[in-house]
Amino acid sequence: MNGVGGGREERGPEPGEEPPAGLLEEFGRGRQRALARAISMVEDETPGFEALLDAVHERVGRARRIGITGPPGAGKSTLTKELARSYRQEGLRVGVIAVDPTSPFSGGALLGDRVRMTELASDRGLFIRSMASRGSLGGLATSTREAADLMDAFGLERVLLETVGVGQSELEIARTADTTAVVLVPESGDGIQAMKAGLNEIADLFVVNKADRPGADRLRKELEIMQRIRGGRDEEIDWEVPVLQTVASEAEGVGELLERLDAHFGRLRESGALEARRTDVRVEQARSVLLRRLERAADSQWEERRDEIRRRLASGEASPYAVAAEMEAAFRREMAAGGDPARS
Amino acid sequence: MSTVEQEAEPEAAADEAEGAPEREALEEEVRRKRRELAELERELEEWDEEYDDVPKRDANFTSVSGREVQPLHTPLDLEEADFDYREDLGFPGEYPFTRGPYRSMYRTKLWTMRQFSGFATAEETNERYKYLLDQGQTGLSVAFDFPTLMGYDSDSGRAEGEVGKVGVAISSLADMETLFDGIPLDEVSVSMTINGPAMMLYCFLLAAAEKQGVPHEEVRGTIQNDVLKEFMAQHAWIFPPEPALKIVADTFEWSSRNAPKFHPISISGYHIREAGATAAQELAYTLKNGFTYVEKGLERGLDVDDFAPRLSFFWDVHNDFFEEIAKFRAARRIWARHMREEYGAEDPRSLRLRTHAQTAGVTLTAQQPHNNIVRVAYQAMAAVLGGTQSLHTNAMDETLALPTEETARIALRTQQILAHETGVPNSIDPLAGSYYVESLTDELEQEAEEIFEEIDQIGGVVEGIRSGYFQQQIADSSRRHQQEVESGERTIVGVNDFQVEEDTSIDILKIGEDAGRTQERRLAELRERRDDARVREALDRLREAAEEDENLMPPTLEAVRAYATLGELRQTLEDVYGRFQEPVGF
Amino acid sequence: MTDRKYRVLVAKPGLDGHDRGAKVVAAALRDAGFEVIYTGLHQTPEQIVSTAVQEDVDVVALSILSGAHMTLFPKVLDLLEEEGLDDVLVTGGGIIPEDDIEKLEQRGVGKLFGPGTDTSEAVDYIRTWCEEHRGDGAGRE
Repeated sequence: MNGVGGGREERGPEPGEEPPAGLLEEFGRGRQRALARAISMVEDETPGFEALLDAVHERVGRARRIGITGPPGAGKSTLTKELARSYRQEGLRVGVIAVDPTSPFSGGALLGDRVRMTELASDRGLFIRSMASRGSLGGLATSTREAADLMDAFGLERVLLETVGVGQSELEIARTADTTAVVLVPESGDGIQAMKAGLNEIADLFVVNKADRPGADRLRKELEIMQRIRGGRDEEIDWEVPVLQTVASEAEGVGELLERLDAHFGRLRESGALEARRTDVRVEQARSVLLRRLERAADSQWEERRDEIRRRLASGEASPYAVAAEMEAAFRREMAAGGDPARS
Repeated sequence: MSTVEQEAEPEAAADEAEGAPEREALEEEVRRKRRELAELERELEEWDEEYDDVPKRDANFTSVSGREVQPLHTPLDLEEADFDYREDLGFPGEYPFTRGPYRSMYRTKLWTMRQFSGFATAEETNERYKYLLDQGQTGLSVAFDFPTLMGYDSDSGRAEGEVGKVGVAISSLADMETLFDGIPLDEVSVSMTINGPAMMLYCFLLAAAEKQGVPHEEVRGTIQNDVLKEFMAQHAWIFPPEPALKIVADTFEWSSRNAPKFHPISISGYHIREAGATAAQELAYTLKNGFTYVEKGLERGLDVDDFAPRLSFFWDVHNDFFEEIAKFRAARRIWARHMREEYGAEDPRSLRLRTHAQTAGVTLTAQQPHNNIVRVAYQAMAAVLGGTQSLHTNAMDETLALPTEETARIALRTQQILAHETGVPNSIDPLAGSYYVESLTDELEQEAEEIFEEIDQIGGVVEGIRSGYFQQQIADSSRRHQQEVESGERTIVGVNDFQVEEDTSIDILKIGEDAGRTQERRLAELRERRDDARVREALDRLREAAEEDENLMPPTLEAVRAYATLGELRQTLEDVYGRFQEPVGF
Repeated sequence: MTDRKYRVLVAKPGLDGHDRGAKVVAAALRDAGFEVIYTGLHQTPEQIVSTAVQEDVDVVALSILSGAHMTLFPKVLDLLEEEGLDDVLVTGGGIIPEDDIEKLEQRGVGKLFGPGTDTSEAVDYIRTWCEEHRGDGAGRE
């Protein structure tokens, strides 16, 4: 099984975790269906998905990743659509990942971002994928990044990550983009609120959308002042965070947004920060994948002994701490013996 | 009627001549009334207590809209609502028109029995129209197919499988000429249910009238042309709200000068209600749309009394009998008050709300379809008791397909029986003064005013459409109703109670693909035969007019005369204005 | 650890604007734990199939009230097959006469729901189909 990753390392994905060969082949031939299934495997954590990611890893790194985040109702989908349309007009192949929250009550989700992208729905050079946030916090950022990796490896040249910028995990997703645009509207409150939400930490650009509404100029000025006070500058690449205005529904200001996105990416590349930052992201990715694997392994052991643990905790013969320590010790022994705790 | 007048004019009037003691007598009178009411209140409390002890049926005592209904209404309800006969009702044909827009109502002219119909091609629909006129129908109402409603030609890829299915396919003036062949357009009034491309179909009709030798000023009829409710509920939109409203204002302006007998809009609650809104939402959203159109006319520099008399309305008539009657009455009162107080209208014709009504399609059931005849009859009676000016009664099979000749006839007969056998049209607004109906009318008016305020707070109708506010509110009401039905809390006969094992297949009218093929052939011939250079030129002129923000009626009419097709006209304007972007909401 | 979610595309093909039923079903499916992709109105069969491919759905549910069901259902089936998605359930609802339902079912369309159907009936049908044809976490190859 070492062959999958081209023999780059001793221990590749787990034995038995092979990427479905047919899928890899179709993926290589550029079949949209294969990309779609691959993303599902990542979302579902279907056995073999990490092997699949490993197999296509060589081809990752060519796409530019652009994060679009902001509060609900800011017009992110419409802006994303306009960006996608412009890139398509330049002849670039585009991927869009639109993340929406999973209902905490049912575990289901209603994903409606495509409604705003209808007019682009039959364009074969555009691949749109709706993702539900599902349960886990850190997990979402990881699987979104992996979906973006798959799009990248598939040969899409721009990947737009659209997320609702309200929670920690959404901010984390934005961090995996090369450039992140934070979209606000006059109704979404003032600059201070945006700052409190941590949006200024991830913004490479601010976009005041629906700029034809009252309050748009005031919001822009607040954001500009806030940038000056907080030093809204990326010193490493000599980048001053700009505040742009758009009316996405009329495609106004999209041209300027595209220029500034290009300018930001240009700075990243020229300064050498691009490679360094992408490496940081990969390092973080490796760590998350490790944690995910360990968690999976630990969970499977846990499930096996759940009844026994429950009995011991119920009778009071052991504390939760003692049980956890004991489980960890067993887990380590098994690992040291070269077994796969997840598959024992 | 006499009861109300006695209450409104107490005997105090007789004492007037007595001078100084007059004041004392009045005060005594007021005290006496208060005592009487207090006494009544005590008695009601006693009654209430005993009522509480009586076992009740396990049933839902709320209206279809979810309104709590008290078991009993008394003079106390009128007192609480500050009921005043002159101020709140007045006489029929007089401000605030609660009792009806006309003085003599159905004693002069019965409502217009206007059955909505259309299917397949213009030839086939023309035949059906002639049949309906023969059967005593008094006006025509055109149902178009979806491609026409959306501004596509029958031979467009988007029209595949839909040509002539739910209405008649009209792609050019040639089709319109066929549709009204042998039907004089100065005698028969024609109502056209068309919105996004209303201006184009209006021009088809005007040009068809020209061919019959009927001048514009003699053409009678209505176009629905209510784009706002399309965004809210019906969804046959084309352009975004602002250009769509500009086009509506163009038709107002042009009509007020050139076609005084034509109604350039029918402001419709029907589709809002059918999409799941409550009675109060239907009332409030529709009237607010009406005010928005008035404001557009005023912005255009028109005098309110020049165009407001030509505005007309269209209500749904749902199942809840009294709520619906109250809705019609409240609508007239609210419209009159706002038009006078807010928009400065003076001409009584601007103040009186005239309306078409249709029985609620959404209440028809596929199960035991014959029961629908009964539902439709009750709804029709509510519309007439509410004082409608024209009425469409649904055919029993309309939830399954377009009506057959037989079911269409029964639907028409339902109205004729109501008009000629029941005696309902004899007395004007016969439910006035009913404690229940008056307090419901008042409640609905208040709810509407509250909703107006809410709409103002979110920035008005257009802003609410863009943000999806209306769509969301309607969806929420719809979901509430659906849950009530599915939980069995609300009984629908034959659906969630009183079911039978049945074979639901009744004879229905099926439209095959022939209409599509015929239309394709006709359009090909038309494109062959017409003067393409003239069409091109006319369309260029239309584009220019749109870019220059001119009134689009004259250039559209010119292009129509050159046999430009509906799809060509729509595309020309879409190139300038773009398309509406549907908001997301569930 | 596999967290298999069933994905359903709820689509409105054709030109009719009646999305009430589609939205009610979409919300009910969400409440029953499905991931629902909703397309909005006035979709062409090409757009619907392209969405089904990209979103990798298990089920395509179409709501048609325009009378064009005999054109639209077969077209969606054909295009899905062209894309190799012949294992996807195509179901739906709308105003569809009995004999047309029979013809469509023979053509490979799943159960079709008429007016007045309980949403729970449609949701149960879709869930049962998914459990039988997709299993839980069994992957899809």
